[in-house]
Amino acid sequence: MKPVSTSSKFISIEGIARRYPKAGGGKTTIFEDLWFSMNKGEFSCIIGHSGCGKTTVLNILAGLELPEDGVAVVDGRAIEGPSLDRAVIFQSHALLPWRSVLGNVAYAVSSKWRDWSRDQVNAHAMKFIEKVGLKGSELKKPAELSGGMKQRVGIARALSIEPKILLMDEPFSALDALTRGSLQEEVRRICLETGQTAFMITHDVDEAIYLADRIVLMTNGPEAMIAEIVENPLPRDRRRIDVHKSADYYPLRNHLMDFLVSRSKTFKDEIPAGYDKKHPPVVRPCAEPPHVPGETRKVA
Amino acid sequence: MLASLNARAAVLSLVLLATFLLAWHVGVQGSKPVQQMDPEYARLMGIAATQGKSAMPGPVEVGAQIWGHLTNPFYDKGPNDKGLGIQLAYSLGRVLLGYFLAVLVALPVGFLIGMSPLMSRALDPFIQVMKPISPLAWMPLALYTIKDSSISAIFVIFICSVWPMLINTAFGVAATRKEWLNVARTLEVSPLRKAFTIILPAAAPTILTGMRISIGIAWLVIVAAEMLVGGTGIGYFVWNEWNNLSITNVITAIFVIGVMGMILDQTLAAIARSVTYPE
Repeated sequence: MKPVSTSSKFISIEGIARRYPKAGGGKTTIFEDLWFSMNKGEFSCIIGHSGCGKTTVLNILAGLELPEDGVAVVDGRAIEGPSLDRAVIFQSHALLPWRSVLGNVAYAVSSKWRDWSRDQVNAHAMKFIEKVGLKGSELKKPAELSGGMKQRVGIARALSIEPKILLMDEPFSALDALTRGSLQEEVRRICLETGQTAFMITHDVDEAIYLADRIVLMTNGPEAMIAEIVENPLPRDRRRIDVHKSADYYPLRNHLMDFLVSRSKTFKDEIPAGYDKKHPPVVRPCAEPPHVPGETRKVA
Repeated sequence: MLASLNARAAVLSLVLLATFLLAWHVGVQGSKPVQQMDPEYARLMGIAATQGKSAMPGPVEVGAQIWGHLTNPFYDKGPNDKGLGIQLAYSLGRVLLGYFLAVLVALPVGFLIGMSPLMSRALDPFIQVMKPISPLAWMPLALYTIKDSSISAIFVIFICSVWPMLINTAFGVAATRKEWLNVARTLEVSPLRKAFTIILPAAAPTILTGMRISIGIAWLVIVAAEMLVGGTGIGYFVWNEWNNLSITNVITAIFVIGVMGMILDQTLAAIARSVTYPE
């Protein structure tokens, strides 16, 4: 039996570790004793350089990999393998090329509701194909679609099983800027409408600022750790086209950039006093320092 | 000169064919002067010596013979004189039977090898040793143990067609993209459903390539096998007509073997195209 979580959070990562065998014996620790949690309906982004183990964290949440130590808990139950409760949007879209758009989404739907009739499955799949704006293309094969459309199918497939969490591994990194922007808007709209809990890996600071409620900053690997958790001070009804006009935008962006450029490297050597791995500091970079009790303030 | 590439290629093919037929026709005209000989002796020597005619039949004779076989392919005048259609049907029956038995073995075992690194390594030495054995080398052993020449021929077809299918299936299954398998894992798809809905379609083009190689080899081997086991079949027909010194029939059979092999290959190619997916 895995230990049962005492956390009241919807998703709780408790002291997980991952190590890989090193050439010539021994092991490289990618990360260990990693803690963080998420509330229901929250959108979290994780930012860090390649090799810090972001994808491993996502795979552990997906159940595709298991942590060597510690446990990841979703809705009160330890993750012991992949589950239909947790949908993954893959970076490479991972569509089945021999199935049509409808076939790809229907495959997921029929995996979740195994006793549904074909009509029920197709009707449910079509609902989500419409939601991502692909109505009319449902009979096309993935090879006939553009990169952005393929990723829309990936999103429809992930959403169609109505998961408790949506896990996204740099879903838009292979797309051009315009397509990326419109897909970000749609993902945000859908997540807000349905109260979807979502966890996303990204390299793109602006993507994180637009989408995330909270941004997890990971230091460089090996032996990566969560440096801090940044709360997004921007208004909830933000729009992508005028996010940068918000007074809090630049303080937030500068804070994130500063972390990626320098602090992700140096954090390990100058760990701040009182740093607790179980409760990484929560910061909220804003233009005006509002007084919120119980939070570390960060004035840009 | 705006004709399409296909049309130009067809014209060139016809020119090459005409050239070949003409060269053949001219080549077998015979030029040797007729020798003066004793009429009794001349009768023993045949027309090649007496009339200066080449013993090699020309395209016209072969064409007439092919036409004769085509118009009456299924006659049966005893064990040594059956229509070409009957002989072809025997060969085709043996090939298809041995081939489908090989499919029944190669696909499941190939799946097993492709999905299990342990089985892959454990079976590898056996496959490596068995694969290069000429299928005809099995013939004496098959005749000795099975004691039936027709079934032995089927066994030889089985053993020669099993390897390309087995190896390609194992390779195709093992090469299934990890991301597709991860999709199946996150959707909690059962192993059996995963095998049929993810791995099989993903590996199908590679498997079909192996099956296409196999049918080609099987058709090559059946001719040699039937020359050995005798009785019926297109291979036996070739050897029987050689014993009859009917070169016209030998050439006819060679042509028919080629056409049949092409039909088998193109059939498998069409099936392969239907399961190939663009990425």
